[in-house]
Amino acid sequence: MKYFGFIWKNAWRKKVRTSLTILSVLVAFLLYSLLSAIGYAFRVGADVADAERLVVLDKVSLINPLPVSYRNKIAATPGVESVTHASWFGGYYQDPRNQMAQFPTEPREYFEMYPELKIPPEQLDAWARNRAGIVVGEELAQRFGWKVGDRIPLQATIWTKKDGGRTWDFDLEGIFSTDDPRGNTAYMLFNYDYFEEARAFGQGTVGWYILRIASGANPVEVANAIDAQFANSPNETETSTEQAFAESFSKQFGNIALIVTLILGAVFFTLLLVSGNTMAQSVRERISELAVLKTLGFRDQSVLGIVLSESILIMLIGGLLGLGIGWLLVQGLSQNLGAFLPGIFLSPQAALGALALMVLAGIAAGIFPALKAMRLSIVDALARG
Amino acid sequence: MRSIRQISAVTWLNIRNVPQRLGSSMVAVIGVAAVVLVFAAVLSMAKGFERTMVAAGADDAAIVMRSGSTSEMNSGLSHEQMLIVANAPGVMKDGDTPIASAELYVIIDIKKKSNNQDANVPLRGVQPAAFQVRDNVELIEGRMFEPGKNEFIVGHAAQQEFVGLDVGSVIRFGQTDWSVVGVFSANGSVSESELWTDVRVLQSAYRRGNSYQSVRVKLDDKDDLAALEKVLTDDPRIDPDVLSEREYYSSQAEGLSQFIRIVGYPLTILMAIGAVFGALNSMYSSVSARGKEIATLRALGFGPFPVMVSTVVESTLLALAGGLIGGAVAYLIFNGFRVSTLNGASFSQVVFDFAVTGDLLVQGIIAALIIGVVGGFFPAIRAARMPVAQALREL
Repeated sequence: MKYFGFIWKNAWRKKVRTSLTILSVLVAFLLYSLLSAIGYAFRVGADVADAERLVVLDKVSLINPLPVSYRNKIAATPGVESVTHASWFGGYYQDPRNQMAQFPTEPREYFEMYPELKIPPEQLDAWARNRAGIVVGEELAQRFGWKVGDRIPLQATIWTKKDGGRTWDFDLEGIFSTDDPRGNTAYMLFNYDYFEEARAFGQGTVGWYILRIASGANPVEVANAIDAQFANSPNETETSTEQAFAESFSKQFGNIALIVTLILGAVFFTLLLVSGNTMAQSVRERISELAVLKTLGFRDQSVLGIVLSESILIMLIGGLLGLGIGWLLVQGLSQNLGAFLPGIFLSPQAALGALALMVLAGIAAGIFPALKAMRLSIVDALARG
Repeated sequence: MRSIRQISAVTWLNIRNVPQRLGSSMVAVIGVAAVVLVFAAVLSMAKGFERTMVAAGADDAAIVMRSGSTSEMNSGLSHEQMLIVANAPGVMKDGDTPIASAELYVIIDIKKKSNNQDANVPLRGVQPAAFQVRDNVELIEGRMFEPGKNEFIVGHAAQQEFVGLDVGSVIRFGQTDWSVVGVFSANGSVSESELWTDVRVLQSAYRRGNSYQSVRVKLDDKDDLAALEKVLTDDPRIDPDVLSEREYYSSQAEGLSQFIRIVGYPLTILMAIGAVFGALNSMYSSVSARGKEIATLRALGFGPFPVMVSTVVESTLLALAGGLIGGAVAYLIFNGFRVSTLNGASFSQVVFDFAVTGDLLVQGIIAALIIGVVGGFFPAIRAARMPVAQALREL
């Protein structure tokens, strides 16, 4: 640490060169933060999933509905604490491009099942009382400028009404949010009773069941017990933890992770070359000075440390700036575009990974020039200078 | 005239000396190569996806769904409505039978080979006319499914991407066993990601009664689309959306390809900015390494302009080399790279190949040239302004 001033001065000997190197490191880590935030979105909330919540889906395909009658059987299964259900509505608001998730469900049960969702109790009461009521996530309310009391017509893509119409009118009764910055609230919930009564077909079914297991119950045993009950029936089920479901669903996107990794690889390779080259150059120019340092009695390790620290310092300055700008951008994007790109989030793990990469890249770029500096023979170096 | 000779002399001298500054020149080259590589790789994903979707769409075939459905999977048509569509004017006839295929489009969980995880594989129930509506579908292995039997034919791409779809395999779902009896190709289109079976069999397997989701018809002429739309819209028994197949598939492609572009272009621009910093660094070191050379030239009477031009040309050529390398690597690695992903619009898997097309490569090279010119410009000004006497004294 006592050499910090010296290292700092050395780093800025060629201001243009150092600034350019810092800028390219900055860009690299800015890309890193944006890409990892987008990559995070493709994990479809696997990290926020609750390990004690299970989902029950039709075994053949999750688009197939399950009978309403399953509810009591699931609730009676040992180890099940509470159960609710939801369905896929698939409507849009005004323009088919404004598609978002809407789930017909049971108001109170749903919010008990998802304690991480926050809604003012009076809004929840109002929604439970109003059959045509709907509650929307904060991100959607922001995107469309909705407030409590608004009338929201949704166009159904699947569920025509008994009267043949496709427009479902709802009263906005509440806005729910989540404290978890990773959470996604770009969806809406409305009353299953209203859905069941008004839809033209599909009566007596729900999309899927969600259940909470009693504390201490084994999720695998509970899941197997549920699936065994419905084996060899027309609607066999597949029960998994919410987390396993989210993870397996995220795999549907395929090689996105691989592609992100490839891009990051290309970026870092370039970055290493640029900064490695800069370090090599600056050591080359300073050979006689380093020889003087050694003549003054600096040990080999100190010289190695000084050169290496300079390289790490440059990486850290650029990297932290890039990470900081990236963090701000992701904050801004998730606030303003949360409804388009739900779930983008710069995770603490990604930030720590970035920090580790800065140090590693600093070492990788500086190690050869530093070793060269350490091995200098004083006489030769001074003679050359 | 004299200045042109000067410019070419200085530039040629400069370029011949590049190998002496190989280290820093390579940094610029590789930096630009990485930009072009990433650009071409990301955008080739969008290109390949669009190509697959568009290949499925003919202009002289129409798809009729319930109005507002946005995708086949959401739609629903009754048997009666299906007959109205099939017998509408403008639908081509084979003898007395209209060339119309009423279809169901559902998904089935099958594992992906790449990660052994369940994926939403599209399963389509078709009528015999399906093969006349889509004239690019061809059986390449095995035989056709028999009507009324639990048999599939599978798309070539689906067979390669998902587990257990070889001819002769048996898939159990629900209460029944299904056999794979054939493999079909469809000119690389999205149909190749699908499994096909008899629509009647699928209706009972997915308990859809006697309903369908879409009717595909072959038109007498592509201009008959508007007439067909008018007739069906005016019919009170049906509330349809009528689209040409091409329109339908491009609407299905829109979401994902837009997403790739929204991510891809800013990504490339950011990387290009990074590469400009790299190129600037290399060119500044090139100028300082050539300090003596430049000063000597200036002392001999060469003007500042030729010196400037030579620096910009050097940087542009290095960037061009980088662009060519990046483009070539992108082509070799990514062209034809096969992936399957979930298309949000249809909620099912689409298998497609990355397509590193000519126009992507051209755009990449143009980006490289811009990086080269910008990266050379400021160092060139420094080179031109270098005070001769001082530079010579540093010898």
